Amino acid sequence: MARTSVQPAARKPVPAPAARRGSPSSPPRRLVLLVATRKGAWLFHGDAKRKTWQVDGPHFLGHIVSHLQLDPRDGRTLLAAARTGHLGPTVFRSTNLGRSWKEAAQPPAFAKAPEGVAPRAVDHTFWLTPGHSGERDTWYAGTSPQGLFRSVDGGVSWMPFPSINDDPRYREWMGTVQDGTPDGPKLHSIIVDPRNAAHLYFAMSGGGVHESADGGRSWAPLVKGLEVVEGFDPLNITFHDPHVVRLCPSNPDRLYQQNHCGIYRIDRPAERWLRIGSRMPKRTGDIGFPLVVHPRDDDIVWVFPMDGTTVWPRTSPQGRPAAYMTRNGGKTWQRLDTGLPESQAWWTVKRQAMTADAQDPVGLYFGTTSGELWMSRDEGARWSCVARHLPEIYAVEVAELA
Amino acid sequence: MQVLIPTSLRSYTGRSRVEAIGSTLGEVLADLERRFPGICFRMVDEQDRIRPHMRVFVDGRAIQDLAQSLQPTDDVSIVQALSGG
Repeated sequence: MARTSVQPAARKPVPAPAARRGSPSSPPRRLVLLVATRKGAWLFHGDAKRKTWQVDGPHFLGHIVSHLQLDPRDGRTLLAAARTGHLGPTVFRSTNLGRSWKEAAQPPAFAKAPEGVAPRAVDHTFWLTPGHSGERDTWYAGTSPQGLFRSVDGGVSWMPFPSINDDPRYREWMGTVQDGTPDGPKLHSIIVDPRNAAHLYFAMSGGGVHESADGGRSWAPLVKGLEVVEGFDPLNITFHDPHVVRLCPSNPDRLYQQNHCGIYRIDRPAERWLRIGSRMPKRTGDIGFPLVVHPRDDDIVWVFPMDGTTVWPRTSPQGRPAAYMTRNGGKTWQRLDTGLPESQAWWTVKRQAMTADAQDPVGLYFGTTSGELWMSRDEGARWSCVARHLPEIYAVEVAELA
Repeated sequence: MQVLIPTSLRSYTGRSRVEAIGSTLGEVLADLERRFPGICFRMVDEQDRIRPHMRVFVDGRAIQDLAQSLQPTDDVSIVQALSGG
């Protein structure tokens, strides 16, 4: 395996990390970065200081890997959502950190369409979420076209949620493939309340945010306060385009959202989202794909803005990539770009391609569609490049090994 | 009958040509699924439609219907349109 060194940027004074709520993390565990790309998956094993990273890959060279997740409940099982350009989609599973993989016996697939209902086929599994910590071997999957699935056997077989996949109201809210994103409309941001396995959220690109209090038997939209593109009716769920939704581990009543139309926060039991992104600098705007929450402080959030003006380039505003951070729930925002290119860097970071570890200080990681993997060991104060020359990065996750 | 397997699916079969039994294309694919679990869903979706980039030729003729009847002496080729980028 090749060794990749992280080159730190020239030293500048960095602000001290803010005081933390909640207890500090335990001594650092070994981390692995899970990088899913359009042409395969790569693992990067970190040393205890998060300074050097050993690359392990490619896995599934030539396959489109949408998401790669490590089961936090055993620190060992990997699930990869994959398809090739032409073959049908599947989910692969490894119980030995990627040395060998087995395909799901029953991958996510829609039910046979009854007479008169438009038949659908899963194009790919887009999003994987491990189930509640108390429900070992439970996983959730979101697909494109939009569908919600659950596995209770560690990802070997997947069952659909008829309450979403075949419900006439939800099918209407999903819109058509024409309304969707270039790779197809997606069901994403599946969230399990850590306090209650029956309390679930998910979002749809085209279709809004939805919540269940009964384990997925019934669902209700949660879109009040969200804006839609000018000219569309905000009362029509179809026109809501959440990019990613995250729940705060330290305060599960608080969720943040990066939407097509800005950055939002909601504090349950409130039913209304608040647009905190209007406090972002106007020249940068509050449009983007990913959003990352701090593991212990529900006031701290990071985003990676993209240009959403005129024709929507979706690249770094003014060609100057930066993360932005709030330490106060969105009242004020701070630009974090030390170590990042200062000009002519037209990056896009997809919604699943930015993440945080749970160490202290928090490490941040993101991957670009131009195949670069970057990280910060100090909550975004300084950035350095972990790897270049990867294919288009779809997703980046970081996990603690058992 | 002999069935040519596309390169992208040889991880299931271990070889490029396999034997299969069936009186329709659908039955032949079901037979392949029995022998090589998982292979069918990569070629045929859950609504029983051949996936967009799969092509099936029988004695040189393109067929797209799973109900197409086949003879035991037919030569079946499953091929992929390998466009990409």
